Amino acid sequence: MSFDATYQNKSFNSVGTRPLRPDGVDKVTGRARYGADFNMPGQLVARVLRSPHAHARIKNIDTSRAEAVKGVKAIVTAADLPDLTDGDAGLFAILDNCMAREKAMYDGHAVAAVAAIDQKAAKAALNLIDVDYEVLPHVVDVDAATLPDAPVLNEKIFTQGVEPTPTMPSNVANRAEFGHGDVDAGFEQADLIVERSYKTEQTHQGYIEPHACVANCNPDGTAELWVCTQGHFVYRQNCADLLGLEASKLRVTSSEIGGGFGGKTHVWAEPVALALSRKANRPVKLVMSREEVFRASGPTSATSIDVKIGAKKDGTITAAEATLRYTSGPYAGMWAELGAMTSFACYDLESVKTVGLEVVVNRPKVAAYRAPSAPMAAFAVESAIDELAHKIGMDAVDFRIKNAASEGTKSSYGPVYGPIGIGPTLEAAKTHPHMSAPLGENQGRGMACGFWFNFGGQTCTDLNISADGTVTIAVGTVDVGGSRASLSLIAAEELGISYDDIKAVIADTSTLGYNDMTDGSRGTFSTSMATISAARNAIEVMRQRAALMWDIPLEDVYWEEGHAHAAGTKHGNRAPLSVKDIAAEAGNTGGPIAGHSELVADGAGVSFATHICDIEVDPETGSSRVVRYTVIQDAGKAVHPSYVEGQYQGGAAQGIGWALNEEYIYGEDGRLQNPGFLDYRIPVCSDLPMIDTQILEIPNPNHPYGVRGVGETSIVPPLAAIANAVSNAVGVRMAHIPLSPPRILAALNEANG
Amino acid sequence: MRYERPQTIEDATALLANADAKSFLLAGGTDLLVRMQNDDFEADLIVDIKSIAGMGNITETGGGFVIGAGVPCAALSENPALFVAWPGVVEAANLIGSTQIQGRCTMVGNLCNASPAADSVPALVAANARVRVAGPSGQREIAVLDVPTGPGKTSLKKGEIIEAILLPKRDGRAGDAYQRFIPRTEMDIAVVGVGVNLSLDDAGMVQSARVALGAVGPKVILSDKAAEAIIGTKLEESVLDALAAVCSDTSSPIDDKRGTVAFRKQVAGVLARRAAQTAYTRAGEK
Repeated sequence: MSFDATYQNKSFNSVGTRPLRPDGVDKVTGRARYGADFNMPGQLVARVLRSPHAHARIKNIDTSRAEAVKGVKAIVTAADLPDLTDGDAGLFAILDNCMAREKAMYDGHAVAAVAAIDQKAAKAALNLIDVDYEVLPHVVDVDAATLPDAPVLNEKIFTQGVEPTPTMPSNVANRAEFGHGDVDAGFEQADLIVERSYKTEQTHQGYIEPHACVANCNPDGTAELWVCTQGHFVYRQNCADLLGLEASKLRVTSSEIGGGFGGKTHVWAEPVALALSRKANRPVKLVMSREEVFRASGPTSATSIDVKIGAKKDGTITAAEATLRYTSGPYAGMWAELGAMTSFACYDLESVKTVGLEVVVNRPKVAAYRAPSAPMAAFAVESAIDELAHKIGMDAVDFRIKNAASEGTKSSYGPVYGPIGIGPTLEAAKTHPHMSAPLGENQGRGMACGFWFNFGGQTCTDLNISADGTVTIAVGTVDVGGSRASLSLIAAEELGISYDDIKAVIADTSTLGYNDMTDGSRGTFSTSMATISAARNAIEVMRQRAALMWDIPLEDVYWEEGHAHAAGTKHGNRAPLSVKDIAAEAGNTGGPIAGHSELVADGAGVSFATHICDIEVDPETGSSRVVRYTVIQDAGKAVHPSYVEGQYQGGAAQGIGWALNEEYIYGEDGRLQNPGFLDYRIPVCSDLPMIDTQILEIPNPNHPYGVRGVGETSIVPPLAAIANAVSNAVGVRMAHIPLSPPRILAALNEANG
Repeated sequence: MRYERPQTIEDATALLANADAKSFLLAGGTDLLVRMQNDDFEADLIVDIKSIAGMGNITETGGGFVIGAGVPCAALSENPALFVAWPGVVEAANLIGSTQIQGRCTMVGNLCNASPAADSVPALVAANARVRVAGPSGQREIAVLDVPTGPGKTSLKKGEIIEAILLPKRDGRAGDAYQRFIPRTEMDIAVVGVGVNLSLDDAGMVQSARVALGAVGPKVILSDKAAEAIIGTKLEESVLDALAAVCSDTSSPIDDKRGTVAFRKQVAGVLARRAAQTAYTRAGEK
């Protein structure tokens, strides 16, 4: 039966309430099992040897001394992971990143791995692996990498997206262009133009739980993987492809997850652990250290962005242009492309042009980080928008309202918008008490808008009704931010039963059909759609069972408020049958009752937010403190408002850290100087004020309840909002993120002569 | 690796004196246990000194305060007499790490770890604190200033253990203060730290002063010039400017992941000014 996902305006009983999350007790009592909490009989300990060089040719690896260490059961190098990628460049990049083949491409790049009976033996063996490196010139800076004299990382990279294709290799892997209209003509109509260059440094998602997995390859070609991931079905496919396994014979179970933020959508350690297990014929546990997490896993891009915006004196933007350079690590990515697509998405523009350039550098392979690429683009564009509003003499909010996109606007990246929330978030910001609150000495206020696409994708869900009438829902999207609570509320709503009678679990890859990852803000959006569909299918079964129990025709049974009702008076005013009543008789009416759903959740609906923040700057030290912060975002429909607020606050907190202090610091030798939480400074609790939230609900027309994804957009505006606030506080335009105290003090010194 | 928990200071010094090179002393353990996580850490012997009598005591004597090597920093603020006499030393020690770390970490550990950025050290040097050292050939006393010799290095000889920190007696109108700069609000390492200790005469004029700078050189810097800049003054605006200029000049920091040379020099002056004002106010209130 096809599923109608169209929005229907209705009142709710369960959706919109705030019950405790089902995984809460396990987490606060320490019983929740994370990646490193799983063990198997006879398991080995794995350790990875990493390159100390930013760029080096691997001339030879001699493992013979390490193999002789007592307790060592297997050592793998790239030779143990043959290239099965068959020309798939993206898959090859994953393979090469998991284990360096011809060259080590960054400080921390894996070159070999050991499995041994204990840590001591593994560590001893690591020290005895002899790698003969030929150190090569390296480049880590985004702008330096594009210069003609920069060392070329990969002789096979000729910039794509340029006609004709260049004849010389370079570090610019791809050029992508978006926009419409005639920007040159637009700038000619402008009374005022702002043109400026911006930079942002590389950050890490900073999840508290390091990557961890237990891999077990059996001689019969079957394998198991217990792993901390945002998407176990995708990990299964990646691992199966890289190791030449059959997907259905690799069973992947996702653990609880201590943060992912996009960083656990990519495999690093898992194919290595499987390769070690295959070679040793024993289960292998691999847990990355914090240092390894920083050096080798997921950072976001460092960027360099040029923006030019022109407007008339009345505040109408006539043209907007941006060139965005994003690092992607040593392999081609599509991060600049995402930046180019999102940069002007908040606005209704006559003429707009954006160009994204993917730059390869000797840094770790870039991974997704919450609305990947959008925060940096928003920082540059929203800074320029703010500066232009000041120049025109217009209020920053009014200027944005005047140019905001709305239903029917052709977006800067192509599509025409349906009903969207940018205008309403701006109107809410304008009237929010925060906007008119007085500022103290040395304080400045900033605001900014943000956009993110959101995603739907493939989803498969089972709903099983037990004989006692309680319900299990088995879903395939990993619960990162409270989705088990939200999905239970959705099932309770559809079935008309209590939230407490529902248990939501994350099924492994062998017990449920394929699900895309929990990314793109899709977890609750897509899986709630499948859960609604599965519940409606189960209701259909229950109607049939009620008809059998009453011995009346199916068409005379209707479902309402959690009960089967016999229609009209012709069946003698029978008492309605509850889920429990019907479930109790299931064994006599056809067996267990279940609902199943598989679908592609289309129409995720784009998402917008507006943030306001107040910052106090110490003019003598450049130290800054966020004193007030407000997030206003469209949720479509907030299924569990507490967890929607949590997403808003979490994104803002990460954005504040990124804006003020977080950055990868490389030495002259290309080695990472700060691979730890002491010197990679994410905010601690006392660094942040209470982050206020305002949820707007502009229904998504493509979801039965109007739900939109909410997980990512909240990290898009903070960089810009904070930069605008600091710029307003100190009277100097700050164009280099993070706005660390030395950068602020240097800017103040320059302004004060 | 051998773990020993001796009951006397003599046993402890003997263990260390007879040990191989890779031996370590354990008090609070907030530095050592972190180092032990490193792959390149190797130890033959760990000597835990917390069971030795007196190590956990703060004693007020005729000559001042004796603070045992095992006293956790959290205990310092819980001693009212010490807090009244040396608020700058206590506030410096209480800035180390977090609440949890405070329950374990010690000032002697902070000193012997010999980080140029140690928070308690500039305050102790400004306070003219000394340490009592026990060794194979008996006891000796040296100034805190003379303990660290460079990053990670101290003047202690093989087998020597710092038993206690000795803070002088406090009389009359005197006050001390410590200021540090970190990019966050807590859980961080000083980018610059300044300790100021001063006394006033009856007219409210600075009679004596000591100014110590941390994290702006390979070890703590005691600046006589900075002290001279404020002695005989009431910390007028021009005096504070001069103090700031001297402290910036005296600083010889490096560029690293925690800050730049220019930033550290400038902020050293700012913090010296602020610490001096706080110390002056504290002295005046006595």
